[in-house]
Amino acid sequence: MSRMPTAHAIDFALKDVSDVETVEVTADLLIIGGGNAGCFVATEAAKINPGIRTIIAEKADIRRSGACAAGMDAINTYIPKGKTPEDLVRWSRAQVGGGPLREDLALSNAREINECVEDLERWGVPVLRDADGNASYRGKWDISIHGEQLKPIMAEKMLESGADVYNRVAVTALLVNDGRCAGAMGFGVRDGRFYIFRARATVVSTGGAGTLYKSYTADATDSGSQIWMCPYCVGSGYAMGFRQGAELTSLEQRWVATRSKDFCGPIDTISVGYKSAIINARGEHVMDRYKELGGDAAPRYIRANAPMEEWLAGRGPCYCDTTHLSPEAAKGLLVDYLNERPSFVLFLASRGQDITKEPIEIYGSDPYIVGGHTGSGFWVDINRMTTLPGLFAAGETAGGTPNKFVGGCAAEGKLAARGAIAWMRDIPLPALDDAQIAAEKQRVYAPLLRREEDGVSPLEMKERLQRLMDEYAGGSSQYYRTNEERLDYALRHIKMLQSQFAYLRAHDLHELMQAHETMDRVDVAEAVVHHLKARRETRWQGWQTRSDYPERDDIHFDCFVESHRDPATGVVTTFTRPYEQLLPGDRYKA
Amino acid sequence: MPPIVDPQKCNGCKGRKETLCEEICPGDLMAFNPETGKAYLRASRDCWDCMSCVKVCPRGALEIRIPYQLGYHKASLRPIMGKNKITWKCRDIFGKEATYSFETRKPSS
Repeated sequence: MSRMPTAHAIDFALKDVSDVETVEVTADLLIIGGGNAGCFVATEAAKINPGIRTIIAEKADIRRSGACAAGMDAINTYIPKGKTPEDLVRWSRAQVGGGPLREDLALSNAREINECVEDLERWGVPVLRDADGNASYRGKWDISIHGEQLKPIMAEKMLESGADVYNRVAVTALLVNDGRCAGAMGFGVRDGRFYIFRARATVVSTGGAGTLYKSYTADATDSGSQIWMCPYCVGSGYAMGFRQGAELTSLEQRWVATRSKDFCGPIDTISVGYKSAIINARGEHVMDRYKELGGDAAPRYIRANAPMEEWLAGRGPCYCDTTHLSPEAAKGLLVDYLNERPSFVLFLASRGQDITKEPIEIYGSDPYIVGGHTGSGFWVDINRMTTLPGLFAAGETAGGTPNKFVGGCAAEGKLAARGAIAWMRDIPLPALDDAQIAAEKQRVYAPLLRREEDGVSPLEMKERLQRLMDEYAGGSSQYYRTNEERLDYALRHIKMLQSQFAYLRAHDLHELMQAHETMDRVDVAEAVVHHLKARRETRWQGWQTRSDYPERDDIHFDCFVESHRDPATGVVTTFTRPYEQLLPGDRYKA
Repeated sequence: MPPIVDPQKCNGCKGRKETLCEEICPGDLMAFNPETGKAYLRASRDCWDCMSCVKVCPRGALEIRIPYQLGYHKASLRPIMGKNKITWKCRDIFGKEATYSFETRKPSS
């Protein structure tokens, strides 16, 4: 095991890019992003071939990085006795309104999922079980865990796998040689060095993209990143693949969820698990309005959108009614929060709120691009290889498979490891393209070289983008609605932002990381807007609502929307791919 | 306003190349000020309130506070990290206290 040492950030008064020290590291397998999926890529790779040299590049520290950083209170997909992987896929399909989804990918994930959860349990994550050893189910598929230590435990296993872990290295671009991925480049957030990771196969597992849209709590307060999704997952993986021509799928299927109001904490699974109904200002059961769609078990986007529709109709605020809970049940609920989102318990204390007397107020979240939840991400084959040969995706970055969550992202990590190792068998270590490396090095450090010049801070550009996306591309302030004209407006301004990347300036390495994160956000936002434009219908209200095309149009859009960016010109094109139903039966019912 | 560093308790993790909070923060938000010898938060608006820094500090020098725009003055939530369990102590704005203690790890098999 080897964890590369880190230290205080250096004072980096860079004068010329030639002053930057370059570190070249060679490996068989490069994993970009040491989160949940990345952990399972590393452990599976070591299991298949203990002699393999694996590198994990992580911009934070693998012990607390990614969406699991704060902990987790449940595993949302664990197949109970008597149910099959096919049943799980049918449920997942119904939860996304009948799809489209990649049933081939979803099935292969489902077949691995229980083993991954049991791996976690063997590693020490407490899974709550009854006296007979059965997992404690909150809903149909989700089980309770005490996952406060989930991420530190995963990190231990990554190190035990023998992988070399480069913490605090932010990857900014892929290396591409002869049309295939040859590794990646990035910079040390603490040491300022330029890193070249040369590898026979690369798995991108950088998580999704929160923070493309403005959160309604981000109003010049100390809560600019007070969102439910990890705000440090900004879509860098999508951006670096997209810039090199890897195809993206389903980015218009944005994840919006019902969350606690004013402090984004999880609600919907808790509402189900604690039988706490969603009620409006008049005390009416909101989901009764959606009886024909399944009521409390309606598809996820219906449940997410329902409270916002109540607000819009003048029946807000809405609540998750916890007032019937016994003191013991309420304590159990708070323990769940402490396992996943501990600061929500502090929020309740800061409101002086006793949830058995006063219900938890709820609201819709800002939209996220998270392929572990919805179908957004890279178009991949069954081995999880993207359309860029040698580049694999796992977890939130791999598209087509909604409702993966922790277990499914872990499963996909294993599948991507198997795919990558099988693929690299006949692949020699790729050569390096010096011109490509020099150009990226210049691009990486440019904001730092401009630090004394007049310009734009990464924060300013991030907030400009977030407001643009919120108001024009269907954010929470617009109740998720958008139309062709607004999307065209958004695209014009995204082009403007891209043309202003050259004005970004950074005073230190932390700000340099933020500059690159902001550029990645802008490039992913461009793809999202193209996807929203291409789907001229409304298939998943809330997740994707077109005011100008309010109905579902199965004749034209019962298919995947795809996008591709020409690496040479930067021109984005969209097209469709057909949906293939593998599991027969009613797609709209589980 | 998260997190607040108590200068009386923080010793800048003397002897380490990196403070523990600096090492762990997923947002790269904690840093070390060589002039004061203490840790500090670079940008409060970028904090996710994940509490990783609070959990890792052996001196209990860090505390998170909900921004006033969202929650009132003043509540506290402190973790006490055990080997295989965690204990949380919470105090709300009216002074009501609650303790939650539960297992976080099983011996791995």
